[in-house]
Amino acid sequence: MSLSHSEQVAAILAAQRDRPGALLPILHDIQDALGHIPPDAVAQIANALNLSRAEVHGVITFYHHFRTTPPTRHTIQICCAEACQSMGSERLVQHAEKKLTHREQSEYELHPVYCLGLCATSPAMMIDGQSHARVTPEKFDKLIQKLGSGT
Amino acid sequence: MSITLFIPRDSAALALGADDVAQAVRAEAARRNIEVKLIRNGSRGMLWLEPLIEVQTARGRVAFGPVSAEDVGALFDADFQSGGKHALNLGLTEELAYLKKQERLTFARVGITDPLSLEDYLAHDGFQGLRKALAMQPAAIVQQVTDSGLRGRGGAAFPTGIKWKTVLNTAAAQKYIVCNADEGDSGTFADRMLMEGDPLVLIEGMAIAALAVGATQGYVYVRSEYPHSITILNEAIAVARKAGYLGSNILNSGKSFELEVRKGAGAYVCGEETALLESLEGKRGIVRAKPPLPAIAGLFGKPTVINNVISLASVPIILDKGAAFYKDYGMGRSHGTLPFQLAGNIKQGGLIEKAFGVTLRELLYDFGGGSASGRTIKAVQVGGPLGAYLPESQWDTPLDYEAYTALWAVLGHGGIVVHDDSADLARLARYAMKFCAIESCGKCTPCRIGATRGVEVMDKIIAGQDTGAQVELLRDLCDTMLNGSMCAMGGMTPYPVLSALNHFPQDFGIANKDAGGSHA
Repeated sequence: MSLSHSEQVAAILAAQRDRPGALLPILHDIQDALGHIPPDAVAQIANALNLSRAEVHGVITFYHHFRTTPPTRHTIQICCAEACQSMGSERLVQHAEKKLTHREQSEYELHPVYCLGLCATSPAMMIDGQSHARVTPEKFDKLIQKLGSGT
Repeated sequence: MSITLFIPRDSAALALGADDVAQAVRAEAARRNIEVKLIRNGSRGMLWLEPLIEVQTARGRVAFGPVSAEDVGALFDADFQSGGKHALNLGLTEELAYLKKQERLTFARVGITDPLSLEDYLAHDGFQGLRKALAMQPAAIVQQVTDSGLRGRGGAAFPTGIKWKTVLNTAAAQKYIVCNADEGDSGTFADRMLMEGDPLVLIEGMAIAALAVGATQGYVYVRSEYPHSITILNEAIAVARKAGYLGSNILNSGKSFELEVRKGAGAYVCGEETALLESLEGKRGIVRAKPPLPAIAGLFGKPTVINNVISLASVPIILDKGAAFYKDYGMGRSHGTLPFQLAGNIKQGGLIEKAFGVTLRELLYDFGGGSASGRTIKAVQVGGPLGAYLPESQWDTPLDYEAYTALWAVLGHGGIVVHDDSADLARLARYAMKFCAIESCGKCTPCRIGATRGVEVMDKIIAGQDTGAQVELLRDLCDTMLNGSMCAMGGMTPYPVLSALNHFPQDFGIANKDAGGSHA
C-alpha cells in the first residue's frame, strides 16, 4: 500500500471512528476513496476500532459490495434476479460475455447483481454506478460503445 | 411566457434517460426563449411511460410519455407546453385510468410534489400527523397505530402498534428507531419510489415513532444499490432539520430526534431485521436468535423499533386522519392499503397502491394489460424471491394476508413478478435455491448447507436423473429448511421451490399425479 493510501485511510479513520457502528461507514469511505479496500489497511482499521484483524476481514468478505482488489476501468453489473430473468437477462448476460471477449479483458469486469429496484423496466444493469433499464442487446452495445469513445 | 414542467428524478426514470430529457428540454426552451420552471418530481409509478413529462396547464397537469431526448424538439413544435396535440400526449394525468383506479394513501404525494420542497409537503398535508402526535401522550400515539390495524409492510405483517407498545413499555436510557430500507426482493421498488418521491413522509413517520416510544436516535438503513435514494434522503433530512422537524427541539416541543442514513453493502440477508441490526453495529450481517426481540434488546442492545419504509411512511396519514380512516380500507384483518409493485414480463408495470382485497387477475390485466411479450402469462411470483409461484387457478383469490396464507403463499412486500409461458419453473426453482446459497448468512445449517444441496438436487432433476427419487429428496430437504431455519431466508426458500413443483410438475419432468405435494 502506498503511503498516500495509508494516509487516506488514517484520515477516514480519524473522522469516523467514534461513530456508533463505525466499521461499515469506514469501509464505504475507504472504497469510495481508493476504489477498493487494500488488504494492508485491515490492520490499520482493526487497530483504530479495537477489533481483531479477523473481525475486520470477516466484515469485508461478508458483503458483496466490498472488494479487496482495485477495480478495472469499467464495472458492468447485470441484474440476474427474477424480474429481469423474465425479460431475458440471461440472454443479455450471454450477449455481454460474447461482446466483451472482443475487447481488452482487463478494462471491463462483468458481475451479476441481484436487483437494482428497476423491476418494472427490466432487464436492468449498472455501468460504473449508472443504472440503465430496458436494456436490449442493441442498447447494451451502444452503451459500451459510448464508454469506449467517451473515456 | 413561463411554463412549469415535471420530469422525475426517480431511479427508474433516470435509468431510462430522464436526465437527458431534462437537459434537452432546457436547451430547447432556451433556444426558443421560453422560460421553464423544471421540477424534478418523484415518479407517478406508471413505469412503462417513463420518462414521463408533465406540463402544468390551466386544465391541470398533462402527461407526455415515454419521452426520449430526441422527442423534445417535436414536443415544443406541437406546443406541448399548452397541452398540444402529439402522439405522446396522454391527456390529463389525473384522468389516466391506471392512477384513477388506485387508492393512494401512503403514496398520496409521490409524483405530485417536489420531493425536497418543504413548502410543497406542507401544502399537501405534510407534518399534520407529527403536529397531532406532539400534542398526544406516547401511549395514545401507539394506540392510534394499533387501532389502525397497520401491519408490517416489509413482509412479516406483524402488527406495528404491538411492536411499538413493547418498546414503549421497555424502560431504557436510549431507544432507537430503525427504518429497514434494505429492499432487496426482486420485483419490489416501493420503498425506493417512496424515498425518492416523498422522503419527508418517511422522516415524519420516524419522528412520530420516536415520540411514541421515547427514542431519540434513528437510522435509515438503505441498500447500496439505491444511491439516488440515499442522496435524496440526506437532502430531505437536512431540509427537515433546518425547519425544526428534526433535531434537539422538534417544533419547540422540547422533544428531540436525530436521524441518520446508513448505507448497506450488498447483502440480501440484511433485510432480515436482526441481521440488519448487526450490520448497523458494524458487523457481518448474521441473523440473531430470537428472543430477545429487537423491541427489547435491539440495536446496541437497546429497545428498538425496526420497521419497513412503507410501514413508517403510512403512520403520518394515520395520525392525521385517524385510525378509523385507515382501518376502513382493506378486508378481514388486512387493513389499509398496500403499494403493489407490478414487475417482470408485464406490459404496464409500475406501482399500484390499492386496498387489500384486489385480485391478482385485476392487477395483471386491468392494470398491467397482460404480458410484455404478448404471450400467455404462466406463473406469477408474489412476495419476492421467497414468495410462492401462483398458477392461473389462484389469481382470483383476494390479495389479503390470511387468504394468501391459506394458499400457502405470501404477500410479502407486495412485489409481483410476472413470467410468460416461456418460463421454465424448474429453472426458477433452481434459481431460488442458488440465490439462497449465495445470500445465506451462514448461521444455521438448514439454510447454509440446504441451499447448496438444493441446487445439486435441482440440477439432477433438470438433467432428468432419477427424477422420482430426487423430487422426494427435494421435498425432504425443503421440509428441513422450512422447519429448521432461523429466519425467512432458509425458512421460506421452499415457497418458490415447492409451489413451482406443485403447480408446474411438468417442468420438473413429472406428471401431475406424481407431484404428491402436501402444500397446494
